[in-house]
Amino acid sequence: MTVASPHLLWTPPRFRARTGPTEEPRWVRILLTAIVLAVLAVLLLAPLAAVLAEALGQGWRVALASLGEHDARAAIRLTLTVAAIAVPLNAVFGIAAAWLITKYHWRGKALLLTLIDLPFSVSPVVAGLCVVLLFGAHSALGGWLVAHGFPVVFAVPGIVLATMFITFPFVARELVPLMTEQGKAEEEAALTLGASGWRMFLTVTLPKIRWALLYGVLLSNARAMGEFGAVAVVSGKIRGQTATMPIMIEMLYNEYLSVAAFSMAALLAMLALVTLGLKTALEWRHADQLAATARH
Amino acid sequence: MNPLRALRPSSPLPGWGLAAGITLSMLSLVVLLPIGALLLRAAQVGPADLWAMIARPRTTAALLLSFRAALVAALFNLVFGLALAWVLVRYRFPGRRLIDAAVDLPFALPTAVAGIALTALYAPNGALGAPLLQWFGLRVAYTEIGIWIALVFVGLPFVVRTVQPVIQEIETEIEEVSATLGASRLTTLRRVVLPMLLPALLTGFALALARAVGEYGSVIFIAGNLPGVTEIAPLLIVIRLEEFDYDGAVAIAMAMLAISFALLLLINLIQVWSRRMTAEA
Repeated sequence: MTVASPHLLWTPPRFRARTGPTEEPRWVRILLTAIVLAVLAVLLLAPLAAVLAEALGQGWRVALASLGEHDARAAIRLTLTVAAIAVPLNAVFGIAAAWLITKYHWRGKALLLTLIDLPFSVSPVVAGLCVVLLFGAHSALGGWLVAHGFPVVFAVPGIVLATMFITFPFVARELVPLMTEQGKAEEEAALTLGASGWRMFLTVTLPKIRWALLYGVLLSNARAMGEFGAVAVVSGKIRGQTATMPIMIEMLYNEYLSVAAFSMAALLAMLALVTLGLKTALEWRHADQLAATARH
Repeated sequence: MNPLRALRPSSPLPGWGLAAGITLSMLSLVVLLPIGALLLRAAQVGPADLWAMIARPRTTAALLLSFRAALVAALFNLVFGLALAWVLVRYRFPGRRLIDAAVDLPFALPTAVAGIALTALYAPNGALGAPLLQWFGLRVAYTEIGIWIALVFVGLPFVVRTVQPVIQEIETEIEEVSATLGASRLTTLRRVVLPMLLPALLTGFALALARAVGEYGSVIFIAGNLPGVTEIAPLLIVIRLEEFDYDGAVAIAMAMLAISFALLLLINLIQVWSRRMTAEA
């Protein structure tokens, strides 16, 4: 910040412009704001309203009943199971990768960062295809696994793998900028004072990164529960067994079971809104402990 | 003994071996081996056969559609995202922070949910589709315009979230200087502010484009999926897989990867060039 020179602090009323030198004319501001809000209403608000309206079209009892059906309950259970496996594993990976990248100097750091970001530039469908090619029953590895009673593709492990591929960068990307900023002096101090490696991590590092970790877990959980393209390729879409909530939405929709499809969609939309709410609360309350408040 | 030992940097901090072990094994299992399987399969098929499969009219049409629609949506998001970021940072109006939070909705809302919601809205009998058809004779759902709308939705947050922090950091003194030297507001925005935002704008554009090219869930419901007309490349991969035509699926996937990386490379080059231009100016 530069200190304003005295003559800028006081301007004779006669010369005071209606518009400051760094703002647009009032009519431009009002027009631009109105346009932006109108487009957002059509683009964001309308689809949300449509989901609710379609789900509740025949009353909330019908909507709730459709969620209570056997296959719907199985889909909800499967989605929760997949997220409960994939998200913690990705969190562990994110912490380990961020530790490697931010606490040591070594060659290959940039390459590791690039590889972690790779899933962002791969289509979910291509990600699913990759898992099928590696673990499908026709491949050497997949065939061997099937023969030993552990099918991956068209089964839960494949869905977990595809989901992990898609959500792979989330936690690491939140932690790396923050931990780079934090340095390693405090960890070194803890070691000097006689703490063991685990004690140092649990009492020094973890408290410093907990909010950013939660932020990353929140984002990857939302993506994990909602992933469609990658899961669609590997799941085989067996009703009641390998159909996750998004897959179930597609199946119900294609069978013209509109209320059931939109009820399931409304449930996932609520998950999205809760995620947004928690994420925003984290950004407002712990902005200083999230390196990446204004990013993704 | 342990190959990771050789790489181990001299640092008093513990955990190198454990962290390196977890990182490398998970990265390999989840990302590298599956992508390697794709590349291996592509190498087994050979470039000539891959090319022959890509050159089929239905495949070419799907690839062209995916990239054309992604480009249209990313360009719209470039302009609209800039306007939205500017309004969110510089203007004050009631509900601003709520709107700011809502911008991330497309990141949080599952794509299948967005897909059926947009289809319900823009179908010929939908809340927005019916008036559009009646008043303007415009069909949105089951046409390419529907694909554009779905891709605009999923790509919306990228440009906003990359440009917003840069706008926040602009020191208004620079704009004051420009105004003092006699520039109109429009000239200041065009010649002073826009060049500062250019690298972030291009980054956001590239991210939105990459996301839109591979998008599947939000598009397939609204697209109508007519082969050669509204059938996107990711859907054609799924169709080939359902026909057990793995090589056909691999060919389309390789084409998508190649074009995506070429685009990202191009945008990186433009970024380097624009940075050099601003440094010289």
